Amino acid sequence: MVEQRGLGLWFTHAIMIFGVLIVFFPIWLAFVASTVTQPEIVSPPMPLWPGDQFIPNYKKALFSGVNVPVATMLVNSLIMAIGIAVGKIVISLLSAFAIVYFRFPGKKMFFWLIFITLMLPVEVRIVPTYEIVAGFGMLNSYGGLIFPLIASATATFLFRQFFMTVPDELAEAARVDGARPMRFFWDILFPMSRTNIAALFVILFIYGWNQYLWPLLITTDPEMNTIVMGIKQMFPSGDDVADWPVIMATSILAMIPPVIVVISMQKLFIRGLVDSEK
Amino acid sequence: MATVELNNVKKRFGPVEVIHGVSTTIKDGEFIVIVGPSGCGKSTLLRMVAGLESISEGEISIGGKTVNDLEPMDRDIAMVFQNYALYPHMSVRENMGYGLKIAKIPKAKIEEKVNAAAKLLQLDEYLDRRPRDLSGGQRQRVAMGRAIVREPSVFLFDEPLSNLDAKLRVQMRLEIRDLQNRLGITALYVTHDQVEAMTMADRMIVMNAGRVEQIGTPLEVYETPQTLFAAQFIGSPSMNVFETTIQNNTLSIGDITVPVNTEAKGKVAAGMRPEHVIVDDNGPLSITVQMGEPLGANTLLHGRLDGTSDAFTISLPGVHHTLAGQVIRFAVDPRHMHLFDIKSGERI
Repeated sequence: MVEQRGLGLWFTHAIMIFGVLIVFFPIWLAFVASTVTQPEIVSPPMPLWPGDQFIPNYKKALFSGVNVPVATMLVNSLIMAIGIAVGKIVISLLSAFAIVYFRFPGKKMFFWLIFITLMLPVEVRIVPTYEIVAGFGMLNSYGGLIFPLIASATATFLFRQFFMTVPDELAEAARVDGARPMRFFWDILFPMSRTNIAALFVILFIYGWNQYLWPLLITTDPEMNTIVMGIKQMFPSGDDVADWPVIMATSILAMIPPVIVVISMQKLFIRGLVDSEK
Repeated sequence: MATVELNNVKKRFGPVEVIHGVSTTIKDGEFIVIVGPSGCGKSTLLRMVAGLESISEGEISIGGKTVNDLEPMDRDIAMVFQNYALYPHMSVRENMGYGLKIAKIPKAKIEEKVNAAAKLLQLDEYLDRRPRDLSGGQRQRVAMGRAIVREPSVFLFDEPLSNLDAKLRVQMRLEIRDLQNRLGITALYVTHDQVEAMTMADRMIVMNAGRVEQIGTPLEVYETPQTLFAAQFIGSPSMNVFETTIQNNTLSIGDITVPVNTEAKGKVAAGMRPEHVIVDDNGPLSITVQMGEPLGANTLLHGRLDGTSDAFTISLPGVHHTLAGQVIRFAVDPRHMHLFDIKSGERI
């Protein structure tokens, strides 16, 4: 680490604080907008300090919303984000385990098949995926929100790389100790991947939380809206008047769960990215 | 406790044969060291006994039971790995008890066995620590403990000391030997270190390029090596070998002749251990010293055997301040002269 003293220290801090202010300013504006009344927002200049409408605005957002209460959308988003994160982790752990520890015909091919799917973003295959989900009758359901996004080449690849750094002797020692493959997976490999799993959970939770296009396509029932797409749905169409304070309160509420996940798992997250337990 | 029998065991990786038929019988309670240079197939052989490698041909039996198709856990063996292979997320106690836990042995019984093994290995204080908080020697002991608690009939060691520093290695060598003695469990120990082989083995198997060169007690191998390879691999510094011709019980090096006691005739490879050289100002042979290595207890003199171009090393007891270029004359006891067929490398 470079150590700086005197003027340099002040200077770097000044730049850092300036940067933070720039990044933070829009969020601050959103927060301010969520605490004032509708006329105050639309009449310029925009207020820069919070008003006195905090409780009524948030109450309105959470329990009645524009189309559907934000509380419902939060729950939907939470189920979808956790479903995607957990599902992706389970599937990729198992497939990486198979690819690294078992010899089977076509092993290389399967690995490359998984790897190639990395090159296809959700958007590219969204029409056929929609067809399939609709065919299964999973529109407007949690299953429809979660399952199409649950396979992850990135996570599989990550776990594969991690498993390959685990010494072979460990698997052999477990074999001598009498552990069958799945026992080895549960007792040894899974606990050793703990930090990687945590890091991945944070990333995937946010990935799931921020899904926009997919929920927009397959949920028509407002009861199934997720919050990220729900914000957009609150925008007025035609002659309606936008209820900006409530929309802004919803935006702020939408940010809270990812922030909580990041902060609460920060320690594990950083350990998972930096070192592995060996 | 059991005997281990290898019957013409071969190993092929694809078309390449790496072990060309090894046969031997290991007696109950015997400590066998398999020694050889890197890549000679010694670890592969051990892993075949463990069940971690398949057997391409031949048969391995443990305690009279053929184990070719058994999983490692069903062979009644325990193995200690070179890098210890301790489970990093488990405490010492859990590491040692893991095999028993899988075997569904009651908790109290596991506790009892682990405590007994820990006491034996002086690990009592460390039972709740993680492997990463232990020193190399302690980790080694945990790996041993994990093997002991299972009460196997055969211990398998795969170069267990090669990650330790020199001093600790000497200490652990004694500990392992002592432990095996007390428990009376048959042991197979793989190493590339001939000192470990000499000091620990009841009998050693000298391997080279997938073949067994010699099986015998350390002193047998040292005193009557059956092949040129065994002669040079065992003993430190290694045996001096030079080509020579024999006629009428005399061996000639240049113009010099030395009497030997042999039936052999013609070209042979003659071997002489550095420590068997008898320094004698009237001796028939001499070397011109190029370099001296004082080790304290003895001094090694490296040079060329006069009359040949072969490198030759002499080991003298005590400290000698010898300068490069100095000529040392010496004699040889014919009993300490080893003769080998120049083509096959077999002892004559």
